[in-house]
Amino acid sequence: MSDSIQMTPLWEVFIRPRSGLHHKHVGSLHAADAEMALQAARDVYTRREEGNSIWVMRADQITASDPVNSDSNFDPAADKIYRHPSFYDIPDEVGHM
Amino acid sequence: MQAEAKSTGLQQALFDVALQIGDDHLILGHRLSEWCGHAPTLEEDLSMPNMALDLIGQASALYTWAAELEGKGRSEDDIAYLRTDREYRNCLLVERPNTDFAHTMLRQLYFSTYMRAFWAENLDSPDPVFSGIAGKAVKETTYHIRHCGEWIIRLGDGTDESASRMQAAVDALHAYTGELFIDTDGRKACIDAGTISASANIQASWQQTIDEVFSLAKLTAPEVPWPQTGGREGLHTEDFGYLLTELQYMQRAYPGAKW
Repeated sequence: MSDSIQMTPLWEVFIRPRSGLHHKHVGSLHAADAEMALQAARDVYTRREEGNSIWVMRADQITASDPVNSDSNFDPAADKIYRHPSFYDIPDEVGHM
Repeated sequence: MQAEAKSTGLQQALFDVALQIGDDHLILGHRLSEWCGHAPTLEEDLSMPNMALDLIGQASALYTWAAELEGKGRSEDDIAYLRTDREYRNCLLVERPNTDFAHTMLRQLYFSTYMRAFWAENLDSPDPVFSGIAGKAVKETTYHIRHCGEWIIRLGDGTDESASRMQAAVDALHAYTGELFIDTDGRKACIDAGTISASANIQASWQQTIDEVFSLAKLTAPEVPWPQTGGREGLHTEDFGYLLTELQYMQRAYPGAKW
């Protein structure tokens, strides 16, 4: 790893498109610290009015699931379609859910 | 008759001011755009052209306003691209070469800090076009100051190399800041008419922000026995001719080109 990469580690960027929605991962960037990461995120990811709030988080602070465990983690959900709430008749009065 | 002459005089003075500020923005916007594709990091390669576009957008609004005040049928493009070097009224600071990232960030901090104070003082200008431009510009300049200020603090208080380059930029550029606060005849007439605010408050606000950043960045402003001035009278530095050649190339080679 080169010096410049160590001085500007990787940050993950999350943008909230509108008030009321949740922040969504949009990409990553290199920056020296949290404040500079926010500045860079503003310039890199919100130039086209993509959002009104930014979160940044150091990539090395994220704990990720291991792809080796994908089968045991995710396959068991495949045949449990009843967990989707798609077997209910929703009254019209409820409107959009 | 006298009232009309007075209003024509004020119109000419406002034109002078619009041209000075418009030229400041166009030239600095062009300088920043020279970094496009050459910035030290991908993030800054987006950030500097972003700022350049803010500046050129301001120039466009100011030139449109200037052209209306002048009333001679010139377009904003005519004003931007079809003048010779002596006809540009930008201050010398904005035409200084990029040199390195430290010089570029500092030049921007000096200018944006001045402009934010200028626009903030003029938000209530009786001229609706002017106050309209001010409203948008205050937000943009606030961001420019934050972005450049944060970089300068980190570079000035960073490694030996970054600290010495940052201080070298201060030593090279500080002598150009005095020109920002010169009240030309046009400005004086507008100040007297109450259309724009006097420079005193603007200078105090500018000094306060610069002092704050320099204190955090461990930078020292040098004594300036001979302030560098001349741009407001059209007397520019040698670098300016090369900049104009680049800036005007397309319009000179293909007059009136459209796409």
